[in-house]
Amino acid sequence: MKKVFSRTSSLRDVDTHYCSGCGHGIAHRLIAEAIDELDIREQVIGITPVGCAVIAYNYWNFDCVESPHGRGLAIATAIKRVRPQNIVFTYQGDGDLAAIGTAETIHAANRGENLTVIFINNAVYGMTGGQMAPTTLIGQKTATSPRGRDIGNEGYPLKISEIVAQLPGVYSVERVSCDSPKGVLKAKSAIKAAFKNQMDNKGFSLVEVLSACPTYWSLTPADSLDWMQNTMSKEFPLGKIK
Amino acid sequence: MAHIKIKRDKCKGCMLCIKVCPKGQLKEDSVLNKKGIKPVVFLGQDCTGCTFCGVICPDTAIEVYK
Amino acid sequence: MTKGQKILISGNEAIAQAALDAGCTFYAGYPITPQNEIIAYMSEHMPLQGGVFIQSESELAAINMVFGASAVGARAMTSSSSPGISLMQEAISYIAGAELPAVIVNVMRAGPGLGNIWPAQSDYFQATKPGHGDYHCIALAPSSVQEAYEVTKDAFRLADMYRIPVFILSDGMLGQMMEPLLADSQGSMADGKRKKLSTIDYRLSTKKWAATGCKGRDAHVVKSFYMNMGELERFNLELQEKYKKIKAREQKQEALYIDDAQVVLVAYGTMARLAKEAMAILRKKGVKAGLLRPISVWPFPEDIIKRLTVSGKRVVFLVIEMSYGQMVEDVRLAVNGRAQVEFLGRSGGGIPSEEEIINKTVALLNC
Repeated sequence: MKKVFSRTSSLRDVDTHYCSGCGHGIAHRLIAEAIDELDIREQVIGITPVGCAVIAYNYWNFDCVESPHGRGLAIATAIKRVRPQNIVFTYQGDGDLAAIGTAETIHAANRGENLTVIFINNAVYGMTGGQMAPTTLIGQKTATSPRGRDIGNEGYPLKISEIVAQLPGVYSVERVSCDSPKGVLKAKSAIKAAFKNQMDNKGFSLVEVLSACPTYWSLTPADSLDWMQNTMSKEFPLGKIK
Repeated sequence: MAHIKIKRDKCKGCMLCIKVCPKGQLKEDSVLNKKGIKPVVFLGQDCTGCTFCGVICPDTAIEVYK
Repeated sequence: MTKGQKILISGNEAIAQAALDAGCTFYAGYPITPQNEIIAYMSEHMPLQGGVFIQSESELAAINMVFGASAVGARAMTSSSSPGISLMQEAISYIAGAELPAVIVNVMRAGPGLGNIWPAQSDYFQATKPGHGDYHCIALAPSSVQEAYEVTKDAFRLADMYRIPVFILSDGMLGQMMEPLLADSQGSMADGKRKKLSTIDYRLSTKKWAATGCKGRDAHVVKSFYMNMGELERFNLELQEKYKKIKAREQKQEALYIDDAQVVLVAYGTMARLAKEAMAILRKKGVKAGLLRPISVWPFPEDIIKRLTVSGKRVVFLVIEMSYGQMVEDVRLAVNGRAQVEFLGRSGGGIPSEEEIINKTVALLNC
């Protein structure tokens, strides 16, 4: 009998600190699988964010640089320019990439940096305790939008992928969702393609991954998948944007 | 017949595998694991080796054999 | 520029050329007056040398680009002026926390806020007692174009040796003025004979900690986050040991006529040029004045001040700054009550004049 599914070698055999049902674990694994399938583990430099995933380097088995909050793409830009022979990616949450780091995101994209960006959108700030994110849905209750996100006070969910896709320097933008096995497999092929793009010098590739945060959605992990399918992906439509 | 191996002590009990298994081959255990939560157990009757459980597992707690 | 040939050049350009001569392979910056000559010089010459130049979208991005370049082993520099340095403050702390080498040039202008673009020395605290967390940067304060060149070259060596951010603390006056410079550049840039950076040893081979891809070794992580109980405290103690070592080894100053001095004028950078002139005039008048000019403002040259004051000899220190009293605090700490410390300062566009220094000195001795 053959092993058809198991941990890949770029993912360390350790427990993560993530909550039960958290999507980060899935996204970490997909990145590791993509890297191993492309056989680039020894060339990869990952940039970890500030947020729940800051210590992703404890779970990945390749070189990593830990970024100040939001500055991942400034750091990645410099690394790729200095060492074009490496494969450089950022792993950033919605607060990191689409709030505090918006300028770095837009400008790295606009310069057409040959980078891979994995953008984890779970519509909430996890590490700090469930506050409103730029991608929080209208009406969604968080620690800092206790009556639900109100556009009059907090504005609209920011669709950074659609914004970035407008820029001529950007090669590829895709939104996927880890809301089902099928969705996870799609996410993996998008992530793999985004790495492949960099290997082929195609330029800036961004994959937005809708990812569950059951803890701060106040849902069970199983119900979180339903919420992603029925509600979140209505606001953030899936598919290839560019 | 295909089967899966569950790393009991890695399981955080999110039960996503139970939700996605097309054949209902998984259930919550009644005994706690080292983390102090009830992990998933494999029933082992009708597994097709589709890997859905492994694919959705956020904790790499499942290996699939076919 | 040819080796051994003197050229007329501004302080800002001298700093940029020094970085190139030191094997700096990465520069990122954002325009701000009065340091724009540095970014312009780098944009022209860095690519010719095979290095990377980026005009970033902000000072935040610039310093984080330096963070990234340094994390993978490049000699990296950014430059800015006061408000821009404030924007960089967060990442400088991260660079210190990740123990990365970096060179940061602050061509100081007057503040607070937008202030104005006139020269000032009011960012001394920021350079010597910097942002969040218990860390230090080495801070070097040149007072001539030639010295700006020399300390900038040395800054890269120090940054690599101690894995620490190094400030060049210049000001708008020094940045803009032109003086002769004897540089040890390796060939002319115009004739294309300049050495490519790939042939200059910038010691990547010694940077065993760099994140360059994990081929043939365990994965490297460049980070400043220590979450486990006790971990950060242990790391901080290691940092403090490093700072002790730097304090013991790297104090640097120019001392003139201090042994018989009744009054020691203490000034750095541009201010020290005027203090030096004032000292010469005072000496001619028969006043025993001396000059202590810190070149490293962190570590502050406290040892020489201790030596001067422990004997019990009566001496007055007159600290002169283009600020309302920043370095004077370090002089007071070094003196530790053993001598009189007085202060003369202006900031916001004004600079204490020779006359003001002389009058203050004479008044001090007469009271």
